[in-house]
Amino acid sequence: MVSDTPTLVSSPSRWTGFLDRNLRNPLRLVGIILMAYLAYIAIANIASGQFTLERFVRLFIFGLAQGSIYALIALGYTLVYGILSMINFAHSEVFMAGAYIGFFAINAMDQSGFLDDQTFLALLITVLVGMSASVTIAVLLERIAYRPLRGAPRLVPLITAIGASITLQQLFLRLFGSGTRVYPDVNFFVLPGIFNNLECIEVNGAQVCRGLDLIGGRYEVEFLGLSLQIRPIYFLVFFLAVIFMAALWFFVKRTKTGKAMRAVAEDKKTAALMGIDVDRVIVTTFVLGAVLAGAGGVFFALYNTQVQPFMGFFPGIKAFTAAVVGGIGNIPGAMFGGMFLGMVESIAPSLLGIPNQLRDVIVFGMLILVLIFRPTGIFGEVLSEKKA
Amino acid sequence: MTLLQVEDIHTYYGRIHALKGVSLAVEQGEIVTLIGGNGAGKTTTLNTICGITPAAKGRILLNGEDITHLPAHQIVARGVVQSPEGRKIFTRLTVRENLEMGAFTQKNPAQIAQDMEFIFSRLPRLKERHNQLGGTLSGGEQQMLAIGRALMARPRILLLDEPSMGLAPVLVEEIFELIRRINEQGTTILLVEQNARMALEIAHHGYVLQSGLVALSDKASVLIHDEAVRKVYLGEA
Ligand SMILES: Nc1ncnc2c1ncn2[C@@H]1O[C@H](COP(=O)(O)OP(=O)(O)OP(=O)(O)O)[C@@H](O)[C@H]1O
Ligand SMILES: [Mg+2]
Repeated sequence: MVSDTPTLVSSPSRWTGFLDRNLRNPLRLVGIILMAYLAYIAIANIASGQFTLERFVRLFIFGLAQGSIYALIALGYTLVYGILSMINFAHSEVFMAGAYIGFFAINAMDQSGFLDDQTFLALLITVLVGMSASVTIAVLLERIAYRPLRGAPRLVPLITAIGASITLQQLFLRLFGSGTRVYPDVNFFVLPGIFNNLECIEVNGAQVCRGLDLIGGRYEVEFLGLSLQIRPIYFLVFFLAVIFMAALWFFVKRTKTGKAMRAVAEDKKTAALMGIDVDRVIVTTFVLGAVLAGAGGVFFALYNTQVQPFMGFFPGIKAFTAAVVGGIGNIPGAMFGGMFLGMVESIAPSLLGIPNQLRDVIVFGMLILVLIFRPTGIFGEVLSEKKA
Repeated sequence: MTLLQVEDIHTYYGRIHALKGVSLAVEQGEIVTLIGGNGAGKTTTLNTICGITPAAKGRILLNGEDITHLPAHQIVARGVVQSPEGRKIFTRLTVRENLEMGAFTQKNPAQIAQDMEFIFSRLPRLKERHNQLGGTLSGGEQQMLAIGRALMARPRILLLDEPSMGLAPVLVEEIFELIRRINEQGTTILLVEQNARMALEIAHHGYVLQSGLVALSDKASVLIHDEAVRKVYLGEA
């Protein structure tokens, strides 16, 4: 009888469902309160004029670049996780190697004058050298450290990865010293026809304007009544990252090897029954991750300028965080997570009036917040379904 | 002519001795069925032939060539193609992509497209769903796709592991009809089945596997009337 009287008790609305889900779970409750508190501080800071629009735009643009770097690295974590269910903690050193070895290339070309004469070509070579270094390291890692452990309990390759990470840091330290090396200043002038009042110099008494300096330039721009500080390199890094990510997307979705990668990620045994060389596909996955990380390393060094053997640690762990936030194993998730994290890291300290040194707290705090509400990450699927 | 010759293979899972000297032969153009109870070693036999669980001892010859120690993908490239137990469709690939993976060893795009059209014409339900994810298909559709996917590899010998498992009786009929037609078009078949009666009805030759050993082998028409087989595998008193 009771079950036949549905009209008396209205079915729970979305809203009460939401309350029910979140308020009964103490972790979520804490999360909601924390978010409300942070929102309150942010609004207060904006209202009091502490956080200006000019600041926001400047931080946003920096966030674009930083987020792009995180996204490029995060893809490497996510690709390898997707295919081996393993976290390649040495990926941060794959990134470092790209930036570090890239330094030798760009520095040599700077000294020979080639960087000044043929800037575009020199930059291209630097990126290619960085990528090759990253790819070499990633392939060796897979071959030496991870392949022999395939089929071992999951903790074993994980610990090996941490060991490999430390080994690579120490290797670079012994080989090249602990000192910080600084990328040379790069001036890469483009579009003098359009930017015809920038970077002007006197040549034989006449004024020559060289155009926009894409890499080294810093410009004050008046726009809609805002006075903005713009570094074109941040846009350039974002633009290049988008191209790399689009290429990756195309590769994974459309090419035969990309489809084989997805097949191997889902079921190695059946993939082998299709005639797919599973080992080769796994190596390809490491190579793809390394190409993105190596390029990211050089891009990062072009605006951050400093490289040293331990430089991979923080970008690496943040990119890993980004991959988890997006849902590890998920490619759009890593792209989104990286961009999101870069933005939060750039904007949040200023927005919340927190000292910039505490930005790491914000980043990892955000990881915890996301995991409270979506344990599988924002784009993550339910694991049991994936591994079924 | 003997297309596939399995000679005294032994296979282990760690310490478990799953195959204890299995020998069998499949003649070109035949359907050979491998029957036996749960855990007899049928799946292991197919996986050993395919290089997934390599033999510790014994030899596997394809057309006289020793393929025992080749890696799995090279065995597929030689035309030994398995449609595995439980179908194992790639759930996150579309139907079309699943078929493309089946054709992974094939190099000629025009021929791949033609083969795919052929499979779509034979299995129109797959055609309707070609952009759907594999995981969204029904069990019967997945089995069709699994067989279609294996055919895309242009097998010289097709190994089928329990293709009728878990399907409604009409679908079982349909699957067996499909297998018969594939064979009539010249593909040699090694069929593992729980449904021993139907398997023996379409097969030329049969092997009965028991605890990792071949207990019986004969013409299918003889086995189907064998007293012991009838009792144990055909469920007759
Ligand atoms: N991955 C494995 N690890 C350990 N033992 C295994 C594994 N796979 C199979 N075995 C064992 O090997 C033996 C043969 O198994 P197999 O799967 O080949 O049997 P089957 O004849 O295919 O059975 P079914 O009809 O149930 O599919 C069984 O005793 C089984 O327990
Ligand atoms: Mg089996």
